[in-house]
Order: sequence, then C-alpha cells, then structure tokens
Amino acid sequence: MNLRTGLWAVGLGLAAAIAAAPAGAQTPKRGGTLTYMISADASPSFDGHRETTFATVHAVAPYYSVLIRVPPDNPASTTEFVCDLCTEMAKPADGGKTYTFKIRQDVKWHDGSKLTAKDVAATWNKIVFPPQGITSARVSYYSMVEKIEAPDDATVVFRLKYPSAAFIPALADPFTWIYKKEMIDKDPHWYEKNIMGSGPFKFVSYAIGQSIKGVRNPDYYHKGQPYLDAIEGIFAAKQSVRVDAIRGDRAAIEFRGMPPSARDELVKEAGKEIVVQDSDWNCGNIITANHKKKPFDDVRVRRALALAVDQWKGAPALSKIAIVRSVGGIVFPGSPLAATKEELQEMVGYWPDIEKARAEARRLLKEAGAENLKFELINRNVDQPYKFVGTWLIGEWKKIGVTVEQKVVPTGPWFQAMRGGTFDVVVDANCQSVVNPALDTSKYLPQTVYPESYGGYDDPKSVELYNKMLYETDPKAQRVAMRAYEKHTLDTMAHAIITPYWYRIVPARSYVKGWKISPSHYLNQDLANIWLDK
Amino acid sequence: MTIVAPNRAAVAGLVEELPERKRSLLGIALNFCRRQPLGTFGLAIVVIMFVAGISAGWIAPYDPEENDFNAMMEAPSWAHVLGTDQLGRDIFSRLVYGARTALIVGFSAAFVGGAIGLVLGVSSAYFGGWFDLGFQRVLDVLMAFPLIILALAVVAVFGTGVFNVILAITIPLIPRCGRVVRASALAVREIPYVDAARALGFGHARIVLRHMVPNVVAPFLIMLSAFVGQAILAEASLSYLGLGVQEPVPAWGLMLQGGAEEYATTAPWIAVFPGLAIMLTVLGISLFGDALRDAIDPKLRDR
Amino acid sequence: MYRYIVKRLLLAVPTLVGAAALVFVLMRLIPGDICVIRLGSGGAHVDPASVEACRLELGLNNPMIVQFLDFLWSYITLDFGTSMWSGHPVTHEIAARLPVSLQIALMATVIAILIAIPLGTISALKENTWLDHIVRMVAIAGIATPSFWLGIMSLVLVLDITYLATGKPWMPPIDYVPFWQDPIRNLSMVLLPAITVGYRYSAVTMRMTRSAMLEVLREDYIRTARSKGLLEQIIVNRHALKNALLPVVTLIGIEFAFLIGGLVVTEQVFNLNGIGRLFVQAVQNQDNVLTQALVMLVVVIFVTTNLVVDLLYAWLDPRIRFS
Repeated sequence: MNLRTGLWAVGLGLAAAIAAAPAGAQTPKRGGTLTYMISADASPSFDGHRETTFATVHAVAPYYSVLIRVPPDNPASTTEFVCDLCTEMAKPADGGKTYTFKIRQDVKWHDGSKLTAKDVAATWNKIVFPPQGITSARVSYYSMVEKIEAPDDATVVFRLKYPSAAFIPALADPFTWIYKKEMIDKDPHWYEKNIMGSGPFKFVSYAIGQSIKGVRNPDYYHKGQPYLDAIEGIFAAKQSVRVDAIRGDRAAIEFRGMPPSARDELVKEAGKEIVVQDSDWNCGNIITANHKKKPFDDVRVRRALALAVDQWKGAPALSKIAIVRSVGGIVFPGSPLAATKEELQEMVGYWPDIEKARAEARRLLKEAGAENLKFELINRNVDQPYKFVGTWLIGEWKKIGVTVEQKVVPTGPWFQAMRGGTFDVVVDANCQSVVNPALDTSKYLPQTVYPESYGGYDDPKSVELYNKMLYETDPKAQRVAMRAYEKHTLDTMAHAIITPYWYRIVPARSYVKGWKISPSHYLNQDLANIWLDK
Repeated sequence: MTIVAPNRAAVAGLVEELPERKRSLLGIALNFCRRQPLGTFGLAIVVIMFVAGISAGWIAPYDPEENDFNAMMEAPSWAHVLGTDQLGRDIFSRLVYGARTALIVGFSAAFVGGAIGLVLGVSSAYFGGWFDLGFQRVLDVLMAFPLIILALAVVAVFGTGVFNVILAITIPLIPRCGRVVRASALAVREIPYVDAARALGFGHARIVLRHMVPNVVAPFLIMLSAFVGQAILAEASLSYLGLGVQEPVPAWGLMLQGGAEEYATTAPWIAVFPGLAIMLTVLGISLFGDALRDAIDPKLRDR
Repeated sequence: MYRYIVKRLLLAVPTLVGAAALVFVLMRLIPGDICVIRLGSGGAHVDPASVEACRLELGLNNPMIVQFLDFLWSYITLDFGTSMWSGHPVTHEIAARLPVSLQIALMATVIAILIAIPLGTISALKENTWLDHIVRMVAIAGIATPSFWLGIMSLVLVLDITYLATGKPWMPPIDYVPFWQDPIRNLSMVLLPAITVGYRYSAVTMRMTRSAMLEVLREDYIRTARSKGLLEQIIVNRHALKNALLPVVTLIGIEFAFLIGGLVVTEQVFNLNGIGRLFVQAVQNQDNVLTQALVMLVVVIFVTTNLVVDLLYAWLDPRIRFS
C-alpha cells in the first residue's frame, strides 16, 4: 500500500467514523441559567419523604442525591436502574433477601462535610420506619424491608423479610432524597423548611409562592456536571401563564406536561424555536362503580356501562383537547406486558363495532332491569383531563339511555367519597412513577388486599390470578397470566373501565438540551444533565 | 337618608284624600316608557333573555350538551352562528339554554334572599333592643364573610348543581337586604302613627305587614333588581372558580371557565359571547332598576 | 366620642367570635382533610398509616371543642398559627403576599377617586345631556361586567394589539418586584389588574357621586346660593361637593372592604401571588389554620373600615354626630 492509498484509507475511515457518530451528539456547553415553570402554587414542604406532589420534586429534587435512580440518559426504560450515590448496583444475596450497596466516598454535603453510608442508612430508616410524629408517605412501598444498617462508612445493607422483585424499582423512587444524619437526629422536621443536600445544585433562595433558585454545586461528584450555572423554578398554577412564559421566552420549559392546544399554539407561533417531546404517561383515569350499591352490584350493568363507551373514536378526538391519547388495558401501553389491539378488542369496552356494543349494552341493561338508569358520577375538580373525560363519558352513556349527573368536587371531598364508599360511580386515577406493571395493576385487587381499591368488591379469583402473574418468572408465561388477570378484571367482572391513558407533551425552547422525557413526571428531575445551546 | 311618606291608608282621617288622577295600567306603563327610555331599553333586554330562556327548546338549533368531536373550536359560521366550543358544542344553543339557568339562579337567589332579608330587617327595626343588636352582629358576620368559603362549603357538603349554587349565593344577599330594609324601616318606626296603631291594639304582625313593609317596598324593589344582577355575576364568578354549576349543564359563567381562557387567543368566541350575554343581561336589569328608582322615588318625582 | 368608639369596639367582639365560629364549622363540614389531599396528590394513592400520622401531627383528631378553644385562645395571645400545608407561620405566608394585593387595592381606590368623583360630579351638573347619558352608560357597564371576564378580554386585547403592532405579543411579567425596585416592571404587572378592579369600583362610586350631587343640588340652600348670584364653580366646590361627598366617602370605605372579594377572582385571572389567591389555595387545600386566619383578617378589615367610615362620616357632618 503506497502513501496515497493509505491516506485515502484514513480519509475514508474518518468519514465513516464521523458518519457513524450518533446524529446530534454535541458537546454540552457549560453555563447559563435555566428558568423553568412549575405547574403548582407552591410545594407544601421541602421534605420529599413527606410529600407526594410532583411540585415538590420539580422544585427541590435538584438539590439532593438519591441512592439509585432511572438512567438520566434513558429515563423511559422500564427495566434499567443505575447508581447515583452507590458505586455499583447491588446484587441480591442470601436467597434474594440481602442487598449490599457500596457508597461513593467522594460525595460532599453542601455545607462541606462528607456524606457517608451512615447518612444513607439514617435517611432510609426515616423513610421506612418513620419515628413517632413524622409522616412518611411511602411506608407501604417498603413493607418487605426488615432492617437497614450501615456497618461502616461505605456500606449500606438492606435486609428483606422475603425476596421481592418489587424492591429495586421501589428503591429508585424519586422522592427518596438522602438527608444528613446529623440534621435528622437533631430535628427530624428540619428538612421540611430547609434544604441542604448533596445534589447537583445548591439552594439559594425561596420566595413563597413565587420562585425557588439554586446555583451549581462545584463539588458535584458526577464530574463535569451540572452544566448549568444556575436554575430558577417559577411557580404558576395557571396554564395560560406557563404557555405565555414559554412563548415569550421568559421560561424555557415546564416539566409536567401541557395539553395539545398549548402545544399547537406554541408551535404555531414560535415554530422552530420550540421543540416538543411527548410520551405515554404512566397515569390514567379509571371509572370505578360502587359494587356495594344497586344496580352496580350486577355485572351486567357494569358491562353495559363499559360497552357504551367508544374508546377507539373517543381517544383520538379527546387527544386533540385533553392530555390523553392511548387506549389501553390495565397495563401501561408502552410495557411488554401490555395487551395488543387485537387482545383488547376481545374485551368489553374495546369492541371494534360500537353499534353492536351499544345494542348489547342496552340488552344487558334491560335484562338486569336497569333500563333508563340514572346515577351520579363523582369527578375531581381538575380540568385536565378529569373534567374532559367525565363530560365525554356522560355523552357516551347518554347514547344507551343512561342519564348521568356529574358532581364535581374538590380534591378533599373526592378522596373522602372514594375512601368512604359514598359514591355511585367515580372517576378515579391511577398514577405511578416508575413503570412497574406487576405492582401497578394491584390497584384492581379487592380492597381487603389493596386498601386503595375503592370499588368495594370481594373477588378471590382476582387475587388468585394476580398472584399467579406476580410470581411468574418466565416473561412469556407472565404475559399470558397478565392477560388472564386483565380479562377477568375488565371483561368477566368489569370491575373498572380504563379510560385512555394520559399523554405527556412537553414543549420547550429549542436551546434546552439534555433532558429526555419519560412516562412519569416524577422521574429524571435533578436537572444535572441539562445544558443550554446558546 | 330619604324620608318616605307614610302610607295613605294608615293616616286615613288625618289627612284629606287628595284627588287622584285615574290612570290605567297601560297608561302608567306608557308614561314610564316615555320618561325612561334607558329603563325601557333595559327591560326589553331582560324580556328578550326571558323569552330566549323559555323558548330555548324551540330556538336552539343543537342539543347544548352534545359533544361533536368533528367540529371542535370552529369559528362562527352558517352552521354554528356563534361558533363551537372546545368539545364541539354549539355556543348559541348553550347561550340560549344558559339564559334559563342564569335567570333562574338570578331571580331565585334575589327573591329568596330579598324576602328573608325583608322580613328580618323589618322585624329587627320593629322589635329593636337585644334582638336588633344581635341581628346586626349576625348581619355583620355574614356581610364580611367571603363568598368563596361559603360557596366551597356548600359545594363540598351538598354538591354542585343549580339548587346549591342558589343557596350559596342567597346567603350573602340576606344581610345586604336586611341592612337597607332595616334602615328604611327604622325611619318609619319613629313616625307617631305606629305608636298610635299599637295604642289601638293592633298586633305586631299586622303593624309590621300593613304599615311598615309597604314603606320599605320602594327601596326594596329597587334593591331587588340590583340583586338579580349581582346574583348572576356571583354565579359567573363561582363557576369561574369551579364552584358553581358543573359540566355539562349550560350556564354562562361555566362557559367562561376552563376552556374559554385556555383558548382565548386561538378561539376567542368561546369567551366573548358568554361574557357579552352576562354583561347585557345585568346591564338591562340595572338600567331597569335605575329607571324604576327614578320613577318611584318621590323626591325626584316632581321635576 | 370615646364612649362611642369603645361601644363600637365592644360590639365588634361578638362579630369576630361569630365569624371565627362560622369559619371553624364550615371548614370542618367539608369532607376530607388536608392530610388526604397532601398525601394523595400523587394520583389517588393514600397510605392509611401516613394519613393517620399526619392527622396526629396536625391535631386533626382532637375533639372539635378542643380545636375551637385552641383556635380562640391562640388568637387572644396573638399567635396565628402555622399553615398546615407548608409549615410556615401564617404571618409569614400572608406577609409575603400582602404587597401585591395592597398595591392593587390602593391603585384601584386612587383610580376610583381621581376618575369617578369628577366624572360623577360633571354628570350630575350636566344632567340629562348626552354627556350624562354616556357617563351613566359607562358606569352601568362597569357594574354589569364580570370583572374576571374583563380581565381575560383585556389581556387578550393587549396580546393581540402588541402582536399586530410589533409581531411579538407582550405579556406581563411573571414574578412580582416591588415598586421601588423596578417601577416599570412593577407597573406592567399591576396596572391591568388594578384597572380591572378599579373599573367596577369607579362605576359604583360614579353612580353614588352623581346621585348624591343631584340630591344636594336640589336642596334649598343651593337655590339660595344661586339666587345670590354666586359663581357656579364656587357653589359646586364649596357647598355642594362637600355635602355630597358624605355618602360617597361611606361608599368608598365600604367598597374597599369588599375589594378583597374582587381580588380573589382578579388574582386568578392575572396569576398574581396575592391574598386573594392565597385564599383560594388555602380553602382548596383545606388548610384550616390558614383559612381561619385569612377570614379573621378579612373580618377585621371589614369591621375596622366600617368604624373608620362611620367616624369620618360623623366628623364631616355635625348633624349626625353620635345620635
């Protein structure tokens, strides 16, 4: 090979290498302030262990670290988890009952002191075994945990009562921020009003009901990050304000999600300056009938109500004005365990021929003696998508001669109605963070097994089918078992009607890079990997 | 502040009967129209709204609650005179049915609140003493109390729906009425003929109803007309906050909530027309009320 | 005079206690409580044990009468409690939001006084002319228009006009800065809401001024002054206006107290971080402590304003003094 051929080869090789580089892979630029909107009035308190609202995560997560989390560069993954504070993912030992994590030794608190495994263990003890007078909202997720200890400064050991595949996903919960043991010991309530963590940003100031500001943590242990100099979160419960802010470039992004109308407006006006990411959302509204009230104790009536609803036509129409989109069964549509369209169409509520379905619905109602049924639908006083879904359903039920009055109540009474069983039919919600169908579908179990199932029914067969699915280790067999459970829940017993899954639409100014959307607005919010291309 | 002349019948015998010009009802009405053009205009608006509400079933081209996903947010056109809203419902039909809701809420709240306020206010003025003091305190509390909490409590406990909205709106109207009525009634109470009536042995109820009430009727009626307007506005505000009538019932205030604001720039007709309807109706009622006051108030009668 | 003030203050006490009792009862009538709302905001998952712990922490399980007495006693000792929602002291929460609301209220009052009184006077002087009719129509439109609709429409109008004129729609800023820090930015946020609230306020004042002036102008002493040949201007300024202002002042005072109600809706429309919005949030969150504090604040303002107005009235009109 002479020199010219050699040069050619090198040239070709370089060209091939450049072509093979992932399109759009740019080097993150350092600098700039990210101004983002938070779709709430304010976070209740700053303590992530205590709160359940996304406002807390969006406002405060950037200041803290967690033990493990979904991968920031692929947060849509339903199976992968990576380390934040640990050095590598723990492998289950001792028959799946012990998990040992090694903690990084280069982590510093924002006040300068060193973070050790003792802090991690103390935090997790606060979460799983809250002391008297302390509220921890997630205790039930960790019912399998027996003991948490830190034998030395670099090791944390979780001992479980029984092996459980749900443990690791639960450990990745985005609210489980690591606090300093010294602060917790001194005053467990301290973190409700104060922020002091080890995360990519340092807390600067909080104007009540207005904004929360932070600056880069120069000692952040993930070297190179964060790229941003500073962040500012502005609270705005009103959608038009958020849309206007992004339109006018007063803010760059809002992390929860906007309805299609807002996206259309932004795209129409700002064109290329707006970039939209969207994804199915691991949230949905479920219509639950009160099985303890006549005539909803009759499965024919429940099946009729499901049959009347034209999901296939309704979903695309609603998706133009509400934050819903995908028709699905009890499993999140993006998961391998979800039903295909053909499988769905075999169940009531998903029949492809709506006229046939409605005729069958009328026949069932007549048979059950519930013709011209009248009832009250309890709905939550939230526009998107609760009220849209409710109004849509009322229109659908009218078509089989059922008259429904919608009673819209604020959040408190809505909860009370469900927990107290004082409703006819209610628009319930099922919202999860990490996609975990095995756990997420426990919502449809009888209340004796799962306290947040509000239908008021007893159904041993349901429990049997669910457990079979839960303990199945072979993915193919698990899928079959899931289908059986789903068919029993939605078709045979019609315990619930699943309305189209929510859809997350996040428009942003095009200079915001690095953030990837996921099926949950709780995930991937520490903002460490975001950079501004301007 | 104005002193109302005592009821002619009550002072029978004390004053010579003045010759009265015989006037038919029609004559009075025509006279009113001539002297109060604005008031007549206002009355006309109210009558139109009434007619629209009553005949809603006939003149509305579409079912106000029917969702039409093929025609969402369409601008006004021949098919939909005032356009469609975010669920594809015809706005004109919803407006016309909404007139029904608005007028029902407005008049019910005004009349019930006014009636209760009237009775309580006059009784309080008549009986005086501790009853009066206590009543005034209750009035103060109710007047100062923010409507939104009352409304939320009513909604949370009794649920939404037209009846409960009327209940929530009636409550703040009672003290406002009671206060004015009480002031007017107090003025009358001082006039000697009430004492004379007591001396003659007339019962409390008779005195209150036959002698005091007729004298507060004039300011009361004027206030009532203002109340109807205020009630309609209150319903709109409550619906805007999500505490009033609920979907899919057609009501003007509800039409301004949620979708209207969201789409205010892309589909302004959703917000413009219901607001105009509210404004016109309340305007009409206010004009009429003003004219009524001008016509009834004796001080301004002799010009 | 002092006896009168003391008597009024004493009379205010049952009003305050009554209001306290009313808000206490109403808040507890609403089903559900703050714990369920706060712990359940993540999509209908409420861990019963956490709810119980939260209830215990906030004292929601105590018997009603204990809660009520606690409430009354703490107010007597001037301890207004901590918000159940955020854990911040109530005074803190309110103080952070007072500036915006106060600024709007004051601006609206100024607008009302500066615009409504002169217009109402002119309208009365030129009764039944086209000017009078126009002013009356404008005033009636002001009380007939739903204030939040006016707010929405004005926002849309401003947006559209600036878009057409400059190609870029102008929007009011989203965070509040005090006037002395940046007057332009502050005004650009507060002006539109102040006008929205002020329009109605002015309308009511305008009408009252007009009708009061009309009444006064018919009085005998005005006729006497005219027949004496006094200049119309002097008659108006020195005699008529002063007497007409009496009921107007009363009205301005009373309406000011009612401004709070108007603020609730206006702050929603313009997304201002003020007392009105705090009210809505507190009620929706079922934050009993904060709601109670806000209601007591409103009632105190109301009672005080009434007292001040009555005193002013009596001071201005010697005839009415403390009958």
